[in-house]
Amino acid sequence: MKNSTSLSASLTVVIAIAACGGGNGSSEAAGGLTGTVEIDGSSTVFPIAEAVAEEFQIENPAVRVSVGFSGSGGGFKRFCAGETDISDASRPIKDGEAADCAAAGIEFTELSVAWDGLSVVANPANTFAQCLTVEELRRIWEPGSTVRTWRDVRSDWPAEEIRLYGPGADSGTFDYFTETIIGETGAIRPDFQASEDDNILVQGIAGDGYALGYFGYAYYAENAGRLRLVEVDGGNGCVAPSDETIEDGTYAPLARPLFMYVKHSALARPEVKAYVDFALQNAAELVPSTGYHALSAEQYQQALAAVAAAAGAAR
Amino acid sequence: MPPQLAAEPDRPDSAALSFKRHRSLKEQIIGVVLFVCAAASVLVTVGIVAVLLRETLGFFAEVSLVEFLTNTQWTPLYVEKNFGIMPLAVGSFLVAAGAAVIAVPVGLLTAIFLSEYAGGRLRGILKPLLEILAGIPTVVYGYFALTFITPLLRSVFPETDVFNAASASIVVGIMIIPTVASLSEDALRAVPHALREGAYGLGATKYEVSTRVVVPAALSGVIASFILGISRAVGETMAVTIAAGALPNLTLNPLESIETMTAYIVQASLGDTPHGTIEYQTLYAVGMTLFLITLVMNVLSQWVLSRFREEYQ
Amino acid sequence: MSPPRVPLGAGGRGRDRRRRVAGVMFAVACTAATMVGVVALAVLLGDVIADGSHRLTGDFIGSFASRFPERAGVKAALLGSIWILGLTAVIAFPVSVAAAIYLEEYAPSNRLTKLIQLNIANLAGVPSIVYGILGLTVFVRALSLQRSILSGALTLSILILPVIIMASQEAIRAVPHSLREAAYGLGATRWQVVSLQVLPMAMPGILTGTILALSRAVGETAPLIMVGAVGFLAFTPTGGVMDQFTVMPLQIYNWISRPQEEFHELAAAGILVLLILLLTMNATAIILRTRFRRHH
Repeated sequence: MKNSTSLSASLTVVIAIAACGGGNGSSEAAGGLTGTVEIDGSSTVFPIAEAVAEEFQIENPAVRVSVGFSGSGGGFKRFCAGETDISDASRPIKDGEAADCAAAGIEFTELSVAWDGLSVVANPANTFAQCLTVEELRRIWEPGSTVRTWRDVRSDWPAEEIRLYGPGADSGTFDYFTETIIGETGAIRPDFQASEDDNILVQGIAGDGYALGYFGYAYYAENAGRLRLVEVDGGNGCVAPSDETIEDGTYAPLARPLFMYVKHSALARPEVKAYVDFALQNAAELVPSTGYHALSAEQYQQALAAVAAAAGAAR
Repeated sequence: MPPQLAAEPDRPDSAALSFKRHRSLKEQIIGVVLFVCAAASVLVTVGIVAVLLRETLGFFAEVSLVEFLTNTQWTPLYVEKNFGIMPLAVGSFLVAAGAAVIAVPVGLLTAIFLSEYAGGRLRGILKPLLEILAGIPTVVYGYFALTFITPLLRSVFPETDVFNAASASIVVGIMIIPTVASLSEDALRAVPHALREGAYGLGATKYEVSTRVVVPAALSGVIASFILGISRAVGETMAVTIAAGALPNLTLNPLESIETMTAYIVQASLGDTPHGTIEYQTLYAVGMTLFLITLVMNVLSQWVLSRFREEYQ
Repeated sequence: MSPPRVPLGAGGRGRDRRRRVAGVMFAVACTAATMVGVVALAVLLGDVIADGSHRLTGDFIGSFASRFPERAGVKAALLGSIWILGLTAVIAFPVSVAAAIYLEEYAPSNRLTKLIQLNIANLAGVPSIVYGILGLTVFVRALSLQRSILSGALTLSILILPVIIMASQEAIRAVPHSLREAAYGLGATRWQVVSLQVLPMAMPGILTGTILALSRAVGETAPLIMVGAVGFLAFTPTGGVMDQFTVMPLQIYNWISRPQEEFHELAAAGILVLLILLLTMNATAIILRTRFRRHH
């Protein structure tokens, strides 16, 4: 039967292509690097990682970079299981996670790549809540909170229901916010829209006049037209996150460093080292383009040196 | 049933011997290979049950069944843990109920139209259109819900949340219209013409024949199609993940955000929770619940079909 | 079928008018209901085309995903979908057809066979995300295949297995018994009857069912979110079946998740590409079905 034969023929071809799979070989092919770089972790850091990956791949098209956003916690799980080369995080690695990595024999270097002014965000139609104190934030978000409406926060605000949006429990931003504002990591009232994907939070808040949420500054910057920043009073008056207030430390307590954790054994692969070097060399340009605050040139130089040392030790 | 095979042509002296005794080795091997492939389907079911059961049992070692079924809060990922499945289950059923409100009447009336009113050519156009509707990927329905239905709803009901159950219900309802319509239509067309003709002969109108003779005669198939449609709605994932929200919320108000069982499974897997923890096990406990609910509904629909079917010769 | 012209009148004028009005209203209701489905389809397609058609350019198909909407495209996702399609076909087709052959030609009609049949019918109704859980646990973790095309293809294969089996069974059942009996009468073995007579006749039906099942697999998102799920991926799977991957529905989902309008337009354009792919597959199936019906 002609059609059966041609079908079997095409199936054979597909099998042949599928079977012709090489392994994850990495080498310097003529004219460029090859291999893979696997990155996962914080959705806050994701915009930076995505920008770096995209620009890096334009220069090195044969390297296969993939970037996930399972959350800082999820990223560390995979990192300490040996599944990823680089883990992005919006909080430092926890002791338990570091122990897991040590138990698995995974050595790593912590690199600070940017500063984030973790932003409290509302809808532009909300003109009354210009500023919130840390105390008020805590009262709104803590477990067992009795705050239902804006009036419960300040008596001269409207008696409209506050609808809350925030990152989910695997997010470093979630960990950082709950630890800093509420005082205990993971302690939060349960009735908020949770998502690991900050874009979903943006969509929710942008569409909801009485919404309130928090996420990394980059997601505000990308959507500044449809969101409004709420200033935070950490005891020094109302401060909005900006390059200056992060630099001089007045945007407290929500200014925080963003990290990239690199596995030493991965640095032995030229494509991974090239990626990390590329990231640090171009961070001064790429980080601000995402809305985050870049470190100083010396700090990036120091990071590059740390990477070189780790790579040398790995070989 | 194939008849007893005669022997192979190159064994002319064994014409009367049975198939079993003279199977060549090749035939036996082929038979075994084919059986294994068929048994693979059973292996899949065993796999699903085993995978879900293993972690679910671990889950219920920590959380009592009573809490799982009666607690009205679902907060497994935060410090204060509540493991009540009700918000998720009610979320799923809220969406499914809304979908049924659309799909059941529309599907049934469509089936009646196709079976009793439409001529061959019209049917030839409409049935493929319905098949196209059924073949559209669910992520497309999710897009439609978020970018078209939700803004529409919000212009009519301004208090609607950005992520709400109603949007998801509407698109899931549209999605399962073809299921209800085609299964009902099969049932309606299986009713013998003699019944219709008898009724017409007594002076009934087409409306009366359709509603008082044909549908009651095909009732088992029609109800089975409803149950199957609702089962599909409960199992639907992408449209609800995109449009309905991620807020476990025990409510019957379709304009609010909710979270369905399927959306929770997606959310829990996106975060890549670590093995062995209670959070990881919730993924399987919810998966098991979902599996059991849809299984019961599917079996129910088959039972309704067989038990109440009117037998016509 | 239209009712014979029996004069109404037995029950009195008023009642007849009511019955006639009820009849007309019901007919209108049925027509309206049918139109709901058709109109919904038209509105859905219209919405997607209006949102996305202007982004459907050659660049769109030839570019990788990007954080800049102007630069973004579906290259990785489209090729990933085609790869997974091929691999799933290779895995699912032989096993399913073999199972169907067994059930129709070899199986004795006993309890075990009935159980297998019932089981297959039930599997067809299991939500696709449960298959995702199975795939995540067995292929990604237990068998350590990681989040590779192979894991994705295996998961999808299991998903569409019952669909292909049931379609193949119907096709095989449609082959007339006389054909088999004649072959047996000539002394053929069971496998000879199946492979030389039954299968060739049933093949168009089997292929149609397979292509329709595969087109369903191409549109599936939920199982692959659990087994694949990469955020940013700008390469094509050329390294083999153990590569990471993304597929069209995943890329669309990714773009829908972003709040910016431009990404929603990209999602719509991606949907159009996906729909064209599905349309091609379904058209192939229908052409196959009609072409071979004419030959017999």
